[in-house]
Amino acid sequence: MIRVDQNKNHLVNKISVENLYFYYGKFPALKDITIQIQDRQITALIGPSGCGKSTFLRCLNRMNDTIPNTRAVGKVLLDDKNIYSPDADVINLRSKVGMVFQRPNPFPQSIYNNVAFGPRVLGFDKSTKNLDDIVEESLRGAALWDEVKDKLDQDAQALSLGEQQRLCIARTIAVKPDVILMDEPCSALDPIATYEIEELMRILKEKYCIIIVTHSMQQAARVSDWTGFFWLGELVEFNHTHEIFTFPRSKLTHDYISGRAG
Amino acid sequence: MSRRHWAQRAGFSLLAFSALMVVIPILIVIGSIVMRGMSAMSWEFLTQMPRDGMKAGGIFPAIVGTILLMIGTAVVAIPVGVGSAIYLSEYARDNFFTRSIRLAIVNLAGIPSVVYGLFGLGLFVIFLQFGTSILSGSLTLAIMTLPIIISAAEEALRSVPTEFRTVSASLGGTKWQGIRKIVLPQALPGIITGVILGLLRAAGETAPILFTVAAFFLPKLPESVFDQTMALPYHLYVISTQVPGMPLEIQYGTALVLLVLVLTLNLGASILRSYFRRRRQW
Repeated sequence: MIRVDQNKNHLVNKISVENLYFYYGKFPALKDITIQIQDRQITALIGPSGCGKSTFLRCLNRMNDTIPNTRAVGKVLLDDKNIYSPDADVINLRSKVGMVFQRPNPFPQSIYNNVAFGPRVLGFDKSTKNLDDIVEESLRGAALWDEVKDKLDQDAQALSLGEQQRLCIARTIAVKPDVILMDEPCSALDPIATYEIEELMRILKEKYCIIIVTHSMQQAARVSDWTGFFWLGELVEFNHTHEIFTFPRSKLTHDYISGRAG
Repeated sequence: MSRRHWAQRAGFSLLAFSALMVVIPILIVIGSIVMRGMSAMSWEFLTQMPRDGMKAGGIFPAIVGTILLMIGTAVVAIPVGVGSAIYLSEYARDNFFTRSIRLAIVNLAGIPSVVYGLFGLGLFVIFLQFGTSILSGSLTLAIMTLPIIISAAEEALRSVPTEFRTVSASLGGTKWQGIRKIVLPQALPGIITGVILGLLRAAGETAPILFTVAAFFLPKLPESVFDQTMALPYHLYVISTQVPGMPLEIQYGTALVLLVLVLTLNLGASILRSYFRRRRQW
């Protein structure tokens, strides 16, 4: 794999993946992935369908655990702690590594209850915070507060798709994660809603480590600081986004981003 | 008219006729019972004890008995049935053990009701010494009702999209929190419908209560779960076959009360189901 020196002083390593393999049965969906992901940056993962980028994303919060007959081998260090070590707490991990899905998927409940779900199941310090504040803070964080503040008790599924997706982001940040994983968060959205989500991502990266899987190379080029290119389960190239899109080191990357492969 | 148009029309008529054949018997049954039973209907008939060897007076103890048996059945069958359904739908892996459970449920549904009655007599009345009692009858009816409740509840749980469980897990919820806070509320209407349908079956059955709880005639209402009780289906059976010179209108009146009880609940279940189906957005 081709990589460049990432160690700039202001960057902090949030996630270090070392020699990660992932198997569906005997089929290796990920082969020997090693990557350092920086805090407070947006890292985009691109590549054709079935290349393993979503599988990789789901390794980072162990959502693949729920799929039977799968196996992860290797290390994923979150703040220097291996999330795959036998004593790792998966439930806690997911409160640190939040996830936004491809299709906006609010629960069929009120807007308020959607955002409050995480704090309610995880518990929160009632002496310093109340739930209303957490909900407002999270909705503001997802740039949705002004639109919904007068209808918090309305059904979340009555919102537009773009609003629903921002609600899902609010729901995710309500549990105060460090990392937000986004699995093609805009693929169900129109260009305006997509633009709004991308604007939101730029604000969120001030506080969070964001990793986004996307099929849109334009989107990767627009929002991300780092880009990783996956091909057949391997991480072919990982670099600054502007480097990848202007001087790809690998011929495969070059062919893919110029539309000749994939 | 061309041959295929003719075939189309013939096929349509045949199918419509078959569908009509389903409706006609129900209309006749309901119609005849209502027509012949209405004359027996009165406040006294519903609220008084039978008199003159049940040839006069009311059927109050039988109505109360049936309601008590339904409550008893619900108390036992709902927790066990819904619990099993949650286990099967949310926790069970596909292995020999769970396949045996499923097979047992299917077979439970196919057992004739009189066999349940004998089983209840053997296990609850004699072996566990509950005697011929509301307790024995309710337990017997509950076992008979379980497969209906389990299947309906499991189907309702499975119809809740997997996505919601995934999202709940991704927010740090435990599996049980996801089930408790998201899946169960979504599945509740389906579960309630299944429960009502199961209880309806229990309300109308004669054979399971025959040896376990039902009394031919009791001068007073039951006072505890260890008492016998009269019940509508058994009462109907008794006055139709065991009492010579029974006025027809009392027989039809009793049938009408049972029918109204069952149909009302059935209607309630249907309304509930369609109401929630319209509100559902996935």
